[in-house]
Amino acid sequence: MNVAEKKARVIEPDTLIGKRIPKMDAPEKASGKTRYIHDINLSGQLHGKILRSDRIHALIKSIDTSAAKALPGVHAVITAADIPDQRPIGVAKDHFPLKVGRVRSERDEIAAVAAESEEIAEAALKLIKVEYEDLPVISNPEDAIKPDAILIHPEPHGADGSHEHLKQGMSIAHKGKPDNIAMRFDYVHGDVIQGEAESDVVIEDTFKLHYVTHCCMGVSGMIAEFDSSGNLLMYSNTQVPFLHKREFAEYLNMDPARIRIIQPPIGGGFGSKLDIYPFEVICLYLARAAKRPVKMLFTREEEFLASPTRQPVLLTLRSGCKKDGTLTFRQVHTLHDNGAYTSWGATTPFVMMQTFSSLYRVPHCDYHTAAVYTNNPYAGSFRGYGNLQATFAIEQHMDMLAEKIGMDPLEFRLKNAQDAGETTGQGMSFKSCGFKDCINTAAQRSDYARKVQENVANRNAAGNIKRGVGMASMLHVGGGAKIYPSDGCGTILKMDDFANITLITGASEIGQGSETVLSQLVCEELGLPISAVTVVNNDTAITPWDVGVHASRTTFIAGNSAIGAAKKAKAKILAVAATKYECAESDLDLRGGFVIKAANGEAVVELSKLLRNLHFQDKAELVMTTFYYEPPSVHQDKGFKGDVSAAYAWGTQVVEVEVDTDTGIVKMTKVTGAHDVGRVLNRLGIEGQIEGGVIMGQGYALTEDLMIENGVMKNPNFRDYKLVTAPEIPEMDISFIESMDGEGPQGAKGVGEAPSICIAAATANAIFNATGVRIYELPFTPERVYRALRGQTPKLYWKPWKAN
Amino acid sequence: MSLKHDIEFKLNGITRRVAVDVSMNALAMLRDVIGLTGTKYGCGEGECGACTIQVDGVSLNSCLMFAVDCDGRNVTTIEGLANDSKADALRSAFVEHGAVQCGFCTPGMIMQADHLLRSGCGGDAGSIKRGIEGNLCRCTGYKKIIDAIASVSGAPS
Repeated sequence: MNVAEKKARVIEPDTLIGKRIPKMDAPEKASGKTRYIHDINLSGQLHGKILRSDRIHALIKSIDTSAAKALPGVHAVITAADIPDQRPIGVAKDHFPLKVGRVRSERDEIAAVAAESEEIAEAALKLIKVEYEDLPVISNPEDAIKPDAILIHPEPHGADGSHEHLKQGMSIAHKGKPDNIAMRFDYVHGDVIQGEAESDVVIEDTFKLHYVTHCCMGVSGMIAEFDSSGNLLMYSNTQVPFLHKREFAEYLNMDPARIRIIQPPIGGGFGSKLDIYPFEVICLYLARAAKRPVKMLFTREEEFLASPTRQPVLLTLRSGCKKDGTLTFRQVHTLHDNGAYTSWGATTPFVMMQTFSSLYRVPHCDYHTAAVYTNNPYAGSFRGYGNLQATFAIEQHMDMLAEKIGMDPLEFRLKNAQDAGETTGQGMSFKSCGFKDCINTAAQRSDYARKVQENVANRNAAGNIKRGVGMASMLHVGGGAKIYPSDGCGTILKMDDFANITLITGASEIGQGSETVLSQLVCEELGLPISAVTVVNNDTAITPWDVGVHASRTTFIAGNSAIGAAKKAKAKILAVAATKYECAESDLDLRGGFVIKAANGEAVVELSKLLRNLHFQDKAELVMTTFYYEPPSVHQDKGFKGDVSAAYAWGTQVVEVEVDTDTGIVKMTKVTGAHDVGRVLNRLGIEGQIEGGVIMGQGYALTEDLMIENGVMKNPNFRDYKLVTAPEIPEMDISFIESMDGEGPQGAKGVGEAPSICIAAATANAIFNATGVRIYELPFTPERVYRALRGQTPKLYWKPWKAN
Repeated sequence: MSLKHDIEFKLNGITRRVAVDVSMNALAMLRDVIGLTGTKYGCGEGECGACTIQVDGVSLNSCLMFAVDCDGRNVTTIEGLANDSKADALRSAFVEHGAVQCGFCTPGMIMQADHLLRSGCGGDAGSIKRGIEGNLCRCTGYKKIIDAIASVSGAPS
């Protein structure tokens, strides 16, 4: 053995942060081996199907299920009358899973069947006879607030599910509504009257935002099974298993401790799986009634009809500025079409008001929303959560105000954009803030300033193709959102004798790549390769509590939680090694699967060997740690003020279009985006999030439109609900601004929702830049653009309205 | 009761005999009768491409094909690409390029991409985009899928 070989091995420093790390579950998914809920079948399983209303608004006079019950292969047929313990569900607890006495929208659930096969269940549904008495339909939210409007929820609901019992003095779960207003939000900072008095220019416009829906490629589904002791096992696509465990228990009047939720891999979420929907509770009722596992899957048509939507909004914005370009105030009134029932869509004003109050410096802000009941589909949460609608209005006004005072739109934005260290009128504190970097980067990389001028000059040139460029920016929570009592996430980390890690996290994976990012963060602490990690993230009986996948929070919150657990494991390992090798803990580090000397990287001992030594000794020990991370954010006060997120994400997108003035067809040619993401953790993953979000925004702006006429959905299919396809995507140039957030995991902030927020607003500005015509209503379909270009579109005006 | 019919066909290289309802589509046969769940139901009406398979070397939506029409044909599903080196390259490219997020569209997308490559298409980004226009993806925005296919076909990106 020569001298050189005796020398200690030196482990070179390496990092996983910022690298292109393939998604850990991608190989299984790419070979078709991943088992989604659709692919899971339990022995003895029955198939559940739901009978939906064929009326829009009607009283149910009678339901006859006798023929359905008599069909061979049918195990259970249920209606509201069979479930006396039904409780109202949803965000406002304003509807029953199986409707009682009245249907209020096309998708309403009247009866359900569990049968040996889907075919038998469907045949049984056809045998159920329902008699209705039609009521007037409210399909337009403006009609819902008229004084003589028929009430959508006139009567009280009993906690037991039937109106008759109310007469016997039973408790009331939902009091009904004396008007059609589901929820109201009123927010104010400063004094808009003073703001207006200080303004040199004031503009007011009405904007109209349409219905779109998530279109997850995997349709909704659920499997429910009660064991012989009455414990419930659910296979569910929920994004919030721990909140739903508690809620399902309430609906079944059982102990939450006896409910276990397993989440098979999810075929797309985007916010759609944030609420409990009737089909899920009905599936539980069927399993309880049939005493067999029941699987329920939607058809694609049902997915359109009965899953949530993005909330349609009618919005009047009044805003002003001084001649020098200082924004003075924003006054906003919005009318939200809640649909027949209340889901998270009604609460999107939480996010919308943040954008109105705090995207750019706004000294005075006044914001009012009424979400009103109609007989339309009910709106849920959807990636961006109201921010697409708010940004659509604000960023068009930014261009319009700049034009009014004759200022360059870029300069106008930069003048009002915030810096790190500022706190807004709503109390949002920007500890890291790359807003101006986003604007400048997107502008420079797209050559925005030159193109804006050039396109205006070419508006009247010959030819039917007009080029346009438009800019919009966004502000969104990037460090969780303290809406629930806790915004935290738990981690359990265990290491085996071979230095492999099992990372047990509360964070749900919905395709966004959380399992990979969390593994990177843990490996970064423990100096191990990503292949050393197995992630367990889908079983409430195993995983620690987490509030769920929403508000772009998982990387930030679950990431900090995973780092916390890894740091504890590292401290324990180094303490053991320091004792064994008689040095200080600070002299040691972990790298490349070894304990090393911190000073020069020399390997001291293989980590797996050290772990075995620790394990197989008299005072045997394993390395297992837990950590619960709660972000240092605060709940808002009653006036909606407070620093609700631990960090805020920023982004600017420049959209380029070609408008064919002969046909009205708008082609999106390029999107240049700059996003303040704190820090890039997984470059492959974050590019995927941004690109996917941009194209989702493109669909919102140009092609997607869930058409509802008099309460009837006209296009519940992919042929007529037009998702963007591969040939239509624009060129994308994405930059990342790394503002290194002090609280973020390795400096990172949330990004999941951000990329879809600005696209429609920037597209509106681009169409104006191309043609000189401003369009206030989405989507920019050929027909709408064609008419607008020919002056055939009456100017939208919705008079701000206030109920007494 | 539905009428049943016996059919015999080659599935992923192995001869299979099955009795199927005459009204059943090939997607339901693969998933519910044979138990191969890699082929996905996305819409059931030929609009999304999640159920793409290859029959006699041509890609098609299995939801739009009667199961009985598989009789005597050569059917390949995503599972059938498991031992194929060309398909291995495609699968690896999807993984390495980040073309997989929720993954629900991925098997159909890979079946279509495999068909494109085998039929000599996909030499440039434009033909790849046209080639997968019948396959919807809600997560990725298609760019990384196009990049993945281009990396195998040698198309300039």
